[in-house]
Amino acid sequence: MLRLFKIALRNLLRYKRRTLLTSSLIAIGVMFVLVFIAASGSFKYIMIGQITDSMLGHLQVHKRGYVASIDSLPLTLNLSAKAEKKLEKAIENIPEIEAFSPRIKFGGMFSNFMETTNIRINGVYPENEIATVPLFLSRIKSGEKAIKKGEILVPELLANGMKVKVGDTIVVIATNRDGSVNGKQFVIGGIIESVTGPGGRDGYMHYQDAMEVLRLEEREISEVAIRLNDFSKLNAVSNRLDKMLAKDLNQQGKPIFDVRTWEKLSPFYNVARMINVMTFFIKLMLVAIVLVSIMNVMIMAVFERIREIGTISAIGTLPKKILSLFLIEGFSLGVIGAAAGNILALGIIFLINLVKITFNFGRQSGLVLSPNLNIIDILWISVIVIMVSVAAALQPALKASRMEPVEALRHV
Amino acid sequence: MNLVKAKNLTKTYKLGEIEVKALKSVSFEIEPASFISFIGPSGSGKTTLLNLIGCLDKPTSGTLEVADMNTSVLTRKEAAAFRGQNLGFIFQDFNLIPVLTVYENVEYPLLIIQNVPAEERKNRIVSLLETVGMVDQQDKYPDQISGGQKQRVAVARALVTNPRLVLADEPTANLDSKTAFMVIDIMRQMKEEFGVTFIFSTHDPKIVSEVETVYTLQDGKLIDQIRGKGGPHA
Repeated sequence: MLRLFKIALRNLLRYKRRTLLTSSLIAIGVMFVLVFIAASGSFKYIMIGQITDSMLGHLQVHKRGYVASIDSLPLTLNLSAKAEKKLEKAIENIPEIEAFSPRIKFGGMFSNFMETTNIRINGVYPENEIATVPLFLSRIKSGEKAIKKGEILVPELLANGMKVKVGDTIVVIATNRDGSVNGKQFVIGGIIESVTGPGGRDGYMHYQDAMEVLRLEEREISEVAIRLNDFSKLNAVSNRLDKMLAKDLNQQGKPIFDVRTWEKLSPFYNVARMINVMTFFIKLMLVAIVLVSIMNVMIMAVFERIREIGTISAIGTLPKKILSLFLIEGFSLGVIGAAAGNILALGIIFLINLVKITFNFGRQSGLVLSPNLNIIDILWISVIVIMVSVAAALQPALKASRMEPVEALRHV
Repeated sequence: MNLVKAKNLTKTYKLGEIEVKALKSVSFEIEPASFISFIGPSGSGKTTLLNLIGCLDKPTSGTLEVADMNTSVLTRKEAAAFRGQNLGFIFQDFNLIPVLTVYENVEYPLLIIQNVPAEERKNRIVSLLETVGMVDQQDKYPDQISGGQKQRVAVARALVTNPRLVLADEPTANLDSKTAFMVIDIMRQMKEEFGVTFIFSTHDPKIVSEVETVYTLQDGKLIDQIRGKGGPHA
């Protein structure tokens, strides 16, 4: 087999320019795919990180039915204190959960005493919220980076529209669960920017203040955001938590809790999926490049060496060895192309990290693109390229192995 | 016991709608350790006959036994294995593998076809390269040696597997007289030394003058069989 490799490599070197061109084409294809995977992966994880670490958390738990009506922020679909206790107990039993933040959400009116507009309020415990969404404080554009009792964090566009600033007093009015209306004065503690760009209407206040506005006598929550210590275990933890909570049923015999990963809560998951789809199509293009170039080279190689094939066949080389000889040539071209492509990709990724390319996402600017490749990606792409190379060489190799020696020897 | 036994051997080719009878009911027998030649004008069927004896092609009708094997029933794979074990080939254009050195070309059948152990392989190759006078050129590639040298390497490659029969199709056609005689001499020496049978297809009088038996083909028919000057009874 080693000698067959030696012969195959020498045959490749026999047509140096052609081999160089083909392997360069494969190498460039591999390089582009790997750089794209690394760069898009970096962008995707920055984007996911921004969304989960600024607002959503990795997982959220609601009362079943709440997410379907989330636009109206229904107080009637909040989780009771008893349900919250059960949830907390389940969370405590999962070591992969780093932090969690209970939130109460409601819609209200925001008045600067001159004008009134609507606002979505999130009542949170500051310590829990910051531990669960660590980029939260970085969203506070002006004012102290904190959530204090008696203060409200107002979304940027709403503050601009209502011409209010840090230190101003405003009133938040909300309809309570029993239909009565209540209002409470707050001082603007900070202006907060949205993760997803203009249009965000989410304001923040302390949970205790929210209870007062809503005149809640008993504690209740709309959702619990959860942060994991290892993002890669997202689905495993989600399934485990879901399983643990599934035994708590409501009066209709259905589970009380609804566990959802960030993917099922944010439209940005579709962007992440789109990146995956693009990566898939770019891989397909690579497969096409490898397939066409190797097949072309191998067809030419067989055509140019018909007499040679006739000779080795005449002196007794078995058809399967002739097949192997040409398959090894395709395999070697794939290996050379993949190896060169990997080296080039690593070099370019190193350069990108050195140059520190920045980009903006939503309201965040100056995010540094930090592409990196893991060994699985490198191996996966290399295996695809090598397998496709062998597959592309198969037809010409079969043709060579099935050639009648007497006809091949007659070939001029 | 005959090495080659052909009876009513016929080969018909189809060229489009036209049938061409390349061999017409040819019968002959060749004994082991013979040095014989098929002669005849172009298109007489010499190469076709050699291809049949060499299991490169199958007869349309008739029987052909080579080394006690009915070769007309062999599959492609069996025929290749049979050639690798029993036959040697020498071609008009030498047909050395261009990416292999002289040594590697001779080594190829032992390594790829017969799987001979390394030490035995080396002994056989060096011994043959010495016999054909190419041992000092063993690291050169085919494009670095002359035509005569190439044919000597081809002779060594054909003989290295210890075949019972070597088929040589116009082996001297591309060689000058001096080199042609040298190559013929080497082959004759091999025949004497190892008892290998050589069958030539040629119209080179130099070969004809050296062989033991000359078969003459014309229009696909065997029309004559005479003892040559090289024969023991000549």
